[in-house]
Amino acid sequence: MTRSLILSRSSLWWSAALLTLLLLVPLWGSRFTIYILAVIFVTALLAMSLNLLVGHGGIYQFHHAAFYGVGAYTAGLIAAKTSWPVWIGFCAGPFMAAAAGWVIGLFCVRLTKLYFGMLQISLGSLIWIVALRWYSLTAGDDGIHGIRMPEVLAGSVNIYYFLLAVVTGCVLIMFLIYKSPFGVTLRAIRDNPQRCEAVGINVRQHQLLAIIIGTFFAGVAGVLFVVLEGSIFPDMLFWVLSLEVLIMCLLGGWFTFFGPVVGAAIMVTLRTFVGSVTEYWTMILGIVLILLIFFLPEGIMGINFREWGRRRSRRAAARAAENADAAG
Amino acid sequence: MLLVEDLHKSFEDFTAVDGANLQVRQGDLVAVIGPNGAGKTTLFNLITGHLKADRGRIRFRDQDITRQAAHVICRKGIARSFQIANIFHRLSVFRNVQVSVLAQKKLSRTLFRPAQTLVVEETNRILQSVGLQNKNLDVAGSLSHGDKRILEIAIALGNEPELLILDEPTAGMSPEETASTMELVKRLAREQGLTILFCEHDMDVVFNVATSIMVMQHGRTIIQGTPENVRRNTTVQEAYLGGG
Repeated sequence: MTRSLILSRSSLWWSAALLTLLLLVPLWGSRFTIYILAVIFVTALLAMSLNLLVGHGGIYQFHHAAFYGVGAYTAGLIAAKTSWPVWIGFCAGPFMAAAAGWVIGLFCVRLTKLYFGMLQISLGSLIWIVALRWYSLTAGDDGIHGIRMPEVLAGSVNIYYFLLAVVTGCVLIMFLIYKSPFGVTLRAIRDNPQRCEAVGINVRQHQLLAIIIGTFFAGVAGVLFVVLEGSIFPDMLFWVLSLEVLIMCLLGGWFTFFGPVVGAAIMVTLRTFVGSVTEYWTMILGIVLILLIFFLPEGIMGINFREWGRRRSRRAAARAAENADAAG
Repeated sequence: MLLVEDLHKSFEDFTAVDGANLQVRQGDLVAVIGPNGAGKTTLFNLITGHLKADRGRIRFRDQDITRQAAHVICRKGIARSFQIANIFHRLSVFRNVQVSVLAQKKLSRTLFRPAQTLVVEETNRILQSVGLQNKNLDVAGSLSHGDKRILEIAIALGNEPELLILDEPTAGMSPEETASTMELVKRLAREQGLTILFCEHDMDVVFNVATSIMVMQHGRTIIQGTPENVRRNTTVQEAYLGGG
């Protein structure tokens, strides 16, 4: 029975409790709380989609924001430039992002590690340049604002629930993939691509499939950003955002499944609250990063709590033994 | 079963394999011996497709497999272990073997079925056959050196190979571990009908286990024959066995 459960009972309870809490927030939360949580949902989805590649696949996806931007621009442009129903844009966004991921991935999987990352930054930056320079279509640096929304998505509470539903659905799908044979194989490729080839796995093909999946979910996050903010602008595809998302993965714990959510929550909160006090919030971020590298190289969720507990009880036992010695 | 003819491979200005010949028949336990740098590992890498040969031919079951990709060659029934423990460090022992069984069953692209319900029996059977069943939940990176090497072999077995290539399976092992590992290799060959090609530095082990021995020097094959023939060969005695 327990074998067929993919989640242990305690984590099932934790997830259910968290979800209930999030469902209840609009009952008492302020508009500001609701908005910040919504931003965290979108960012968390983006970070998780990246972590699928970086943390679980060992793929140096350095310009993930490009695909987030493609998803957002697809949805935004269809809403702003055509008279088609907005939903068509919402559905097309993730697929366009995955298509871009596929095309860029085709070139990148021929390289490995840093070379992969460098080529990806360059090719992703091409998309950014298009969004920045193609004035007649994208309005360049100004971006497009006040994008029309379907009536169901009027009001921040409706948007909040919509985002929560979509993000939960996506996280569920990603979790299934994480636990699937493909997920296991992907982690094996991360640990040792050479060995994977020797057991008959076509490494490049698997990496490409992972990239398509990862960029698809980045596209979903992009669409959700449009839903939340009603605007698109070139900064969404700038490499600085890619770096921020990468930091979220590292901060939260990139070898764990839910780590990026924690990382995204911390980054968004930090940016909002420290950012309102000082312009130099990135300095705080820098300090946090230095501490992270020294003390938690595997991120916050990477702390091995069980090992920690064991060490503590061992220390307690040692102390008790010392006391007994002293008494004797 | 496997036939290597006049194989050549050089890296820039260094010739690693310079005319290697090898014949492996079904059910054989073939050892490749030779001093360090004789080109044994390069030869294995050429056979399994991790390197591409400059010249020469490799045939497996009457098919030309020269210069094919590693994962394609593996699918044809050649699995290998590596000289340095080459495992999936962050995954559990069970997962390490499961990955290769999943690949063998062409399930590694399955997206929406929980992996923990798939190929469990096959994986456990392999772990049992190499004696790692009690460590199946350990993280592979935390195993002892000897166990890592055994796990290597277990991963290779997940491919249900016909030919198993072991690159110094006992490197870095204590004499006891060496003995038990070679016992395991012999048992696997017997029980599962595996054909095995391996290289090894310990001459006692080689002459004990192998049914056929190929001697390499400077990338070239000197001789291949039964242990008695090889022992009697004067060139080999001078070059490698130190003249006795």
